[in-house]
Amino acid sequence: MSNENTPLLEMKNISKDFFGNQVLTDINLSLQEGEVIGLVGENGAGKSTLMRILFGADMIRETGGYGGEIRLNGEPVNFSSPFDAIAAGIGMVHQEFSLIPGFTTKENILLNREPKKGNIASVLFGDRLDIVNRPAMDDQAKKAIEMMGVEIDRNMIISDMPVGHKQFTEIARELSKENLKLLILDEPTAVLTEREAEALLESIRGMSRRGIAVIFITHRLQEILAVCNRVVVMRDGFVVHESPAQDTNVPEITRWMVGREVKTVAASDGQTKDKEGETILKVEKLWVDMPGEIVRNVNLEVKEGEIFGIGGLAGQGKLGIPNGIMGLYQAGGRVTFEGKEIPLNSPRKCLDASFAFVSEDRRGVGLLLDESLEWNVAFPAMQIQNRFLKPALGGLIRFRDEKAIQEITQKYIDELAIKCTSSRQKARELSGGNQQKVCLAKAFALSPRLLFVSEPTRGIDVGAKALVLEALKQFNRENHVTIVIVSSELEELRTSCDRIAIVSGGKVAGILPASSSVEEFGTLMLSQVR
Amino acid sequence: MNETVTVKEKGSISGFVKSFGLPRLIIAAFLIVLLILSPFVGADLPSQITNIIARFSWNGILVLSMVPMVHSGCGLNFGLPLGIISGLLGATLSIEFGFTGGLSFVVAILIATPFALLLGSIYGWLLNRIKGGEMMIATYVGFSSVSFMCMMWLILPYKSPTMVWGLSGKGLRTTISLEGYYNQVLADFLRISIGKLTIPVGTLLFFAILALAIWAFLRTKTGTAMTAVGSNPSFARAAGINVDKIRLLSVIMSTWLGAVGILVYEQGFGFIQLYMAPFYMALPAVSAILIGGASVNKASITNVIIGTILFQGIVTMTPTVMNNLIKMDMSEVIRIIVSQGMILYALTRKTEVSK
Repeated sequence: MSNENTPLLEMKNISKDFFGNQVLTDINLSLQEGEVIGLVGENGAGKSTLMRILFGADMIRETGGYGGEIRLNGEPVNFSSPFDAIAAGIGMVHQEFSLIPGFTTKENILLNREPKKGNIASVLFGDRLDIVNRPAMDDQAKKAIEMMGVEIDRNMIISDMPVGHKQFTEIARELSKENLKLLILDEPTAVLTEREAEALLESIRGMSRRGIAVIFITHRLQEILAVCNRVVVMRDGFVVHESPAQDTNVPEITRWMVGREVKTVAASDGQTKDKEGETILKVEKLWVDMPGEIVRNVNLEVKEGEIFGIGGLAGQGKLGIPNGIMGLYQAGGRVTFEGKEIPLNSPRKCLDASFAFVSEDRRGVGLLLDESLEWNVAFPAMQIQNRFLKPALGGLIRFRDEKAIQEITQKYIDELAIKCTSSRQKARELSGGNQQKVCLAKAFALSPRLLFVSEPTRGIDVGAKALVLEALKQFNRENHVTIVIVSSELEELRTSCDRIAIVSGGKVAGILPASSSVEEFGTLMLSQVR
Repeated sequence: MNETVTVKEKGSISGFVKSFGLPRLIIAAFLIVLLILSPFVGADLPSQITNIIARFSWNGILVLSMVPMVHSGCGLNFGLPLGIISGLLGATLSIEFGFTGGLSFVVAILIATPFALLLGSIYGWLLNRIKGGEMMIATYVGFSSVSFMCMMWLILPYKSPTMVWGLSGKGLRTTISLEGYYNQVLADFLRISIGKLTIPVGTLLFFAILALAIWAFLRTKTGTAMTAVGSNPSFARAAGINVDKIRLLSVIMSTWLGAVGILVYEQGFGFIQLYMAPFYMALPAVSAILIGGASVNKASITNVIIGTILFQGIVTMTPTVMNNLIKMDMSEVIRIIVSQGMILYALTRKTEVSK
């Protein structure tokens, strides 16, 4: 069916929006048999969404499907589930492992596709009663593993394996499918050691020789250049650049990845407040054990009254910094605020030192979803500063001051334009953007001296984004509160902050004024990726 | 997107059913039918109502003891036997020390308190180590503590002749009469009798005071923290709350209320029941609060009151009416079906709460 000119895969004019929020626009991508393309882009650029569309993921259909056309070997296809995609010869290795921990490698590799032997029972009652053909299974698993060119134990139980081997098991599972034509690898090297990554790249080359096309997603640009035929760069839901790998280099890709239409003024409000304030917060040798966001050794100084940005790619440790300082994850090192050392691993001590934190995990940490907005806004201030309490029985006990709580909540509902039916509405019922505003209100109600805001605009729509950032800037201006914003969106940091630290590999790769060029930031972001 | 999600349809029938909860409505309707039916099958209505009120007054505090733990997210207190054992220790020791009459009740509470604090602390410490599996572990704590005390009741050197076995002179009896001790001390206080209808005002007042205390507590700073811990422990931790401490406090409160609850139960019932008896106290209390509209992580005083009335109403009325109808003693069977069935039902609807 496939002749020389028909590409194995063609994606034409793919577009996708989540409830009016455009995440992919007019994507065109084609792939020849045996070709390896590297797909790169910042977090949120739309890489994963694009791959999900290709793989027929349920969440795409549940959120209204996609626009455009996908052709496989020239035939238009529309996968209604990942099973269809698998049947059509597409394999995908996800960032998160989908392996059964208690099974051996070979059992995982051939799960539900085990070679079988018939017996009397299966003749009588159907093939569900076939017996698993262990030797054949061993054979097939061995073949799949050999295809990768690495040594892993076929009989080892998954839960006993190092992460790298788990990753290889996933890949072997895809390779063992005989009709595999296209393999999607979503950041497979993130968990591998250098040597293992090397082996993986080698096995990608091997696949390519055998005619399997590979879409390789990674943040490690060197790997892309080493193994791919072509590099596709995505940004903000567009394919912004596409070129053969040998014609490009890391700085160029970086520029394409982060650089928007280069704006002349990026600094906050156009007025670069060159704040020569006192150092208010000093972080020395901070390490934080936050799963997926490990901080290894961070040294920072934040000046009084500034908005300090912390950026970097996902998984490099930027989120670990505020979470560690606020005591939500195990941390070590030295944090000094206004000359006084703040003990780590105690949220209470930080809050007492008039810190406040808006967590990136809005629904998990940030909100009492089943309680009213009033509770959400007033709770920390009540617990930490004994506010919103009124004495009863001559001061013997103090009850919640429902009226004061309602007043302050109403005040923030008006100020931040929180859309709700009343201050007694449950937080769960608000939209993401409004929930985020409630989180801000909660932090504002604490009247902090230093405010950490983590991913303030994650998962909220454009309008709410602007409002949230404006509210933060206003809070900084009017109350002279020092704010530390941690965000994956560089552009957001560049428009809101005075200085921006880029975290890479759990360390601060550099601190630049917000007006620095995107290339400089991009270089820092990728400098120590591990 | 956010508005109109739960605009309450007040006034409309469906809105009422939704806010009151269909199962509660069915049970309430069933209870009313039973009450209407009872005179026709030859049961005496005023004494039935007396019975329901009396049973409510005995059980109210035991059901109330669920509230603190539910609020702090420790789930339903299947470990109630632990509190009951503290109460039983208080009761037996008070008698052993020779206190009589109303004083023996006060002393029983005083002695039970340190036991409740101690056992509650250990129980709370345990529950803090197995977050997520509280209710299952609580059940086993209940089981094992009852079994352990079965041995202790025999071994402990009690001497009071009213309590020990007559022949051997040692080991506590399974049932100890409270005649001459604190039998009906609360109930007799301000008791109202109209014909066959009697209302144990004192017991109801005692329940009201404790219920009011819990209600008030939940409105203090610590009480608010307790509710927040139950609602979202991560949120509470980020707000500087010591989650484990709050949970421990809630478990101690629940255990103490269980101890007081069993003493109140005994004063109404007239007997101390030892050995396997505490074993059978947790499930009725759990099902009562669930019938009352609570869930495993939300409960209010209203849930306690409505639930206890409905549950005790059903378990007293159903057997009477049924027995009169079919001339056969079915009371225990029906009681078990109702209480176990309610728990099963309630655990399947984890988060929905009716006010």
